[in-house]
Amino acid sequence: MTAAATATAPAAKAGSGRPSPLKLFLRNQLAAFGAGLLLVIILLVILTPFLPLQDPAATDPANRLLRPLAEGHLLGSDHLGRDILSRLLWGTGVSLLVGLSATSVAALFGSSIGILAGYFGGRADTLLMRGIDMLMAFPYILLALAIVAALGPGLLNALFAIAIVNIPFFARNIRGVTLGLAKREFIDAARLSGKSDLSILLTEVLPNVLPVIVITVSTTVGWMILETAGLSFLGLGAQPPDADLGSMLGEGRKLLITAPHVSVIPGVMIFLVVMSINLLGDGIRDLLDPRLKSGALARPAPMTEVDRPSAQTAPSAQAVAAMSAKQGSVLAVHDLETQFRIGSDVYKAVNRVSFDIRPNECLGLVGESGSGKSVTALSLLGLVATPPGRIVGGQVLLQGRDLLGLDAAGLRAVRGDGVAYIFQDPLTTLHPLFTIGDQIAEAIRSHKPVSYREAWASAVKLLDAVRIPNAAGRASAYPHELSGGMRQRVSIAMSLANDPELLIADEPTTALDVTVQAQVLKLLDQLRDDTDASLLFITHDFGVVSEVCHRVAVMYAGRIVEIGPTEEVLSAPAHPYTERLIACVPRLGEPGRRLEAIPGLPPAVNKLPPGCAFAERCPHAEDACRQGEIDLDAVNDAHQVRCIKPRNGQGGGAA
Amino acid sequence: MSALMEIQDVTRRFGGGRTLLGRPKPAVHAVQGVSFEVRQGETLGIVGESGCGKSTLAKLLVGLQRPTEGEVSLGGALLHDPAVFDRRALAKRVQYVFQDPLSSLNPRKTIRQILEAPLIHLLQMPAAARQDKLMEIMEAVRLRPEFLERYPHEFSGGQAQRIGIARALAAEPEVLVLDEPVSALDVSVQAQVLNLLDQLKADFDLTYIFISHDLAVVESVSDRVLVMYFGRVVEEGTAGELFRRPLHPYTRLLLSSAPVPGRKGIGAEARIAELPDPLAPPPGCAFAARCPHASDLCRETLPVLEREGESAYACHHPRKGEPWPPANVEAAGD
Repeated sequence: MTAAATATAPAAKAGSGRPSPLKLFLRNQLAAFGAGLLLVIILLVILTPFLPLQDPAATDPANRLLRPLAEGHLLGSDHLGRDILSRLLWGTGVSLLVGLSATSVAALFGSSIGILAGYFGGRADTLLMRGIDMLMAFPYILLALAIVAALGPGLLNALFAIAIVNIPFFARNIRGVTLGLAKREFIDAARLSGKSDLSILLTEVLPNVLPVIVITVSTTVGWMILETAGLSFLGLGAQPPDADLGSMLGEGRKLLITAPHVSVIPGVMIFLVVMSINLLGDGIRDLLDPRLKSGALARPAPMTEVDRPSAQTAPSAQAVAAMSAKQGSVLAVHDLETQFRIGSDVYKAVNRVSFDIRPNECLGLVGESGSGKSVTALSLLGLVATPPGRIVGGQVLLQGRDLLGLDAAGLRAVRGDGVAYIFQDPLTTLHPLFTIGDQIAEAIRSHKPVSYREAWASAVKLLDAVRIPNAAGRASAYPHELSGGMRQRVSIAMSLANDPELLIADEPTTALDVTVQAQVLKLLDQLRDDTDASLLFITHDFGVVSEVCHRVAVMYAGRIVEIGPTEEVLSAPAHPYTERLIACVPRLGEPGRRLEAIPGLPPAVNKLPPGCAFAERCPHAEDACRQGEIDLDAVNDAHQVRCIKPRNGQGGGAA
Repeated sequence: MSALMEIQDVTRRFGGGRTLLGRPKPAVHAVQGVSFEVRQGETLGIVGESGCGKSTLAKLLVGLQRPTEGEVSLGGALLHDPAVFDRRALAKRVQYVFQDPLSSLNPRKTIRQILEAPLIHLLQMPAAARQDKLMEIMEAVRLRPEFLERYPHEFSGGQAQRIGIARALAAEPEVLVLDEPVSALDVSVQAQVLNLLDQLKADFDLTYIFISHDLAVVESVSDRVLVMYFGRVVEEGTAGELFRRPLHPYTRLLLSSAPVPGRKGIGAEARIAELPDPLAPPPGCAFAARCPHASDLCRETLPVLEREGESAYACHHPRKGEPWPPANVEAAGD
């Protein structure tokens, strides 16, 4: 899906349909409010010297402690008769300036330490980070107090104190990010391009770390202003007659009962400044943090949203579909359509796909990345994430029952029971904190009312069935204690836990070494024989297909372009795409054969051309190929192809 | 053909050394006592499964890793002598193509910036000459010149890998180390890149070291092949000979395990195969536990690499004269 989207990105950049960063930011209303408020405050502070305000330090004992809205003193006056409005605006300026300066200093030194430690690692890392640890060993505010006490009170010293105690925060954050970057291949590539360490740090690492520094700054600035105010409140920051918000608050404290406005007004200002900065900071973080961008905060629905035309959900349509399903097929898929809506784009990932699987049969689903084979498999049990995915048409009939008509509870009962999945990477599908025996027992107990002890016994039996030596002992092992091949055997055992009618294996051997792959393929083939289950096997490898599949369906740009018996499709492919796909793979034992590459790239599934999606890359295409819908036509009883000029074996196949 | 690179008894160890209290720390030998030569103008294939040390070996050859023991020399000059080790001098002669094309391109740099780096830092080329050179490289890898101003995420995997190859070529090297250059690509794109590499080799007079786990790809591109297992070379030979008459039982297992389109009946071991513990390697042959022909000798004594003409094998019981492929695999029609 994403691969297809990026494949044509150079051409499709203009109309990507994704909202711009600014729009995204403004959609976050709180952040926009914070930004607006902060803007007003900053404007006021900038204009302060030009406003007709009284001298903030001019005392006037005759007019002390005037209430707000008094004549000549809009916000009243303090215990020395100084104008509070004037002091407030000047003080806000000072507080903002000190907070921002302290943040910049902390960011500069902290990030430098973090980048150096993360990039060079080893001794440099130990030395720098132990220094940071020492800084962190002291209580935060005490350390700041101690630094000011040592340097003497004053705004500049308070600034240094706040900056120093915040350095560890930046250093640790940035070191973590740099550590990940330093191991990336583009750093090695830069080294091989002859760049020096300094040049790599400045031009390769820094641009990638910068967003994290900005995020950290935006979330700490408010906090730093608060801390400066705190120090000033204690009389260690701004010294009279200068004022910042903290010292105003401190001076007003003694008059809290008699003249509350003297302390309340700067208090409200601190609140507004820090709140607006924090809201803005959160907005910036949400915008820049890639983890949040990919929708990690959006909770996916328990099942894919199904939004089919009503004709397909009516009982009569279901009955017809069930009848038309080939007699005795375990699974019959009719015109399945799954789409992703991102922005204003509609990606037709699965486009009217139909196939059926007979009892104890293995059907291969072959295609390149972005062809829709995995989305097809996930759609069968409503496992496509919503949003952005939704099923907009078709039926999935398991033993005649339409799975797309089920609710979440109904689907859950089928998942892992009637239909089970085996995924590509068992390390990500097995839970790292539970033993494999526990996980298989859980799979059994979520569908059958058996005791834990019985379930555990069945789990051991299943592990034995997938040829794991010493199954009883290994059941207590954790996933990380097993090799990749063993883990895949465990996930196969788990998929068999409830005697499913259908196993869906999505590239189950792609992550494995070739010798282990051979064993897992043999095992799957044998288990399918032993258990009477059917198998939907998704892969990109025709060699694997030849090994385990009875029939094979080839997918291209979301559609099945050819389906038929494996030997026939491989030896006499009817669709030009199948033919070219087979011809471009090197085959063991035939080193001299020239590889016929397919020119070009698959089309993006949000901009499918009319007619055949392969026409652009097809050497046999003619005008008729680029018009109208092309149907799946029968080559013979068992073999169908979506092509108006099918190849009659002229091209030659694999055998 | 003369030897361009010579690798002698190279070992790369990770970990090791002693703790503060003087206790030895565990060490893993990623590459152990590997010796071979790379000849001028050939494609040397290196095959092996994960954990066999082929990627570490690749990094040793370009200087991204330094050998713990042993020597690598290029054109007669020793490369890893700490006194004269010069990364830039090496990078001008030996370049590297990464497996994952996208992660080897800095997401925040334009293609022009990426491709200019070797021209500036390695060849010290003035700006005017750089522009011509960039056009020449883009033409060579068949990418349109306007791509120069784009960012890596705008490219598909196949295009990104061409950019990776272009960057390696920019330094005008003699040797390209290709570490799984097509494994991350879709099959239809794989063929485009393989054919391009073939063309470039002829055009620029290159020598390739082609590392892959895919036997069919290695067979189709290589003149000579090394098979690695558990950090050591277990078999070496010309591609034709090694794939037709494999001598080491491990090579035979690899070949019989690979599925081939249109053929059924791969061979698989009956017992679950696991690599030995790298922290406690066995004294004898690392493959002995999986080998159907293993004897006590194999379990106790490490077999050394024995050379016979163009072939070499590290096995006490090489399968000489034994028919290949075994009877249970249908032979492919030539």
